[in-house]
Amino acid sequence: MPADTPGDLHWLDHDAGPVVRPYAMTQGRVAPSGSDFDLVAFVVAVVPDGLSVPGLQPEHHAIVAAAWEPISVVELASTLDLSIGVIRVLLGDLRSAGLISLYEPPAAAQPHDVDVLKAVVNGLRAL
Amino acid sequence: MDSVRSDRNGGSSRIPTALKILIAGGFGAGKTTMVGSVSEIRPLQTEEVLTGVDGADDLSGVEGKTTTTVTMDFGRITITEDLQLYLFGTPGQDRFWFLWDELSQGALGAVVLADTRRLEDCFPAVDYFEHRHIPFVVAVNCFAGARAYGAQDVSRALDLDQGTPVVLCDARDRDSGKEVLIRLVEYAGRMHTARLLDSVG
Repeated sequence: MPADTPGDLHWLDHDAGPVVRPYAMTQGRVAPSGSDFDLVAFVVAVVPDGLSVPGLQPEHHAIVAAAWEPISVVELASTLDLSIGVIRVLLGDLRSAGLISLYEPPAAAQPHDVDVLKAVVNGLRAL
Repeated sequence: MDSVRSDRNGGSSRIPTALKILIAGGFGAGKTTMVGSVSEIRPLQTEEVLTGVDGADDLSGVEGKTTTTVTMDFGRITITEDLQLYLFGTPGQDRFWFLWDELSQGALGAVVLADTRRLEDCFPAVDYFEHRHIPFVVAVNCFAGARAYGAQDVSRALDLDQGTPVVLCDARDRDSGKEVLIRLVEYAGRMHTARLLDSVG
């Protein structure tokens, strides 16, 4: 009779999907409190992680830790392997608690500055 | 610890400006490849879990299923410390059009990748960006073995507005991808200038 090996657990890999249903982390909420966040909005932690704020989940702490340096919403989602929708709800919680600052991309509302576009072209050529 | 924080709040860690570029095109046109070849970071994927959205999977017979997952590719190019480009490969399936609306919000412009063997696959993307006046270029991904067409032929076949650039490219090649992006940003600049002139004239 074959002995139990770690190999028996191979089915539980990334392809098996999340062990926790995505929106369980948000208690079923699908929209953040307050306004929504652009995918390329930047998040910065206001306080170091480790603060004991009641009601925070491990995912909240992970966001605060990852956002010590400015990081975009989409990169945060990818880094922490959470869906965009879930990240947005959790960011809404953290914003309400005053633990993060959010910076929306300035370009989202107005036509792009021609000087910025020139800088992009020059930057791309120089790469 | 306080001194570190006051440094940060004093502006030592600046918030970059991020610009979005969409990479669109039909299934298999090379969107993921192009994002990967020009991105400075390993191309990343993120998921959007959709809940009870119209046009999501047909639920008849599987009424218990309430979510569906879309994967988006994205990559990043740092232009300067203060300026970053984000590239988003758009989800290919038509039923995820509403995600395009979010992605194209405030976007600098778009690249529509075309495969001349299946040119019709990029019609929806061309229509989408034309109707929303989002600057775009058509990049013809020159697959090995694909019959070579000139940029003029493709422009005519797609019935593009006059002035919309058509660029031949190799989505696997970083320099080629960079050239496509340069053409797009230059074109976006020309369009914005023209609009500014229109609005004052």
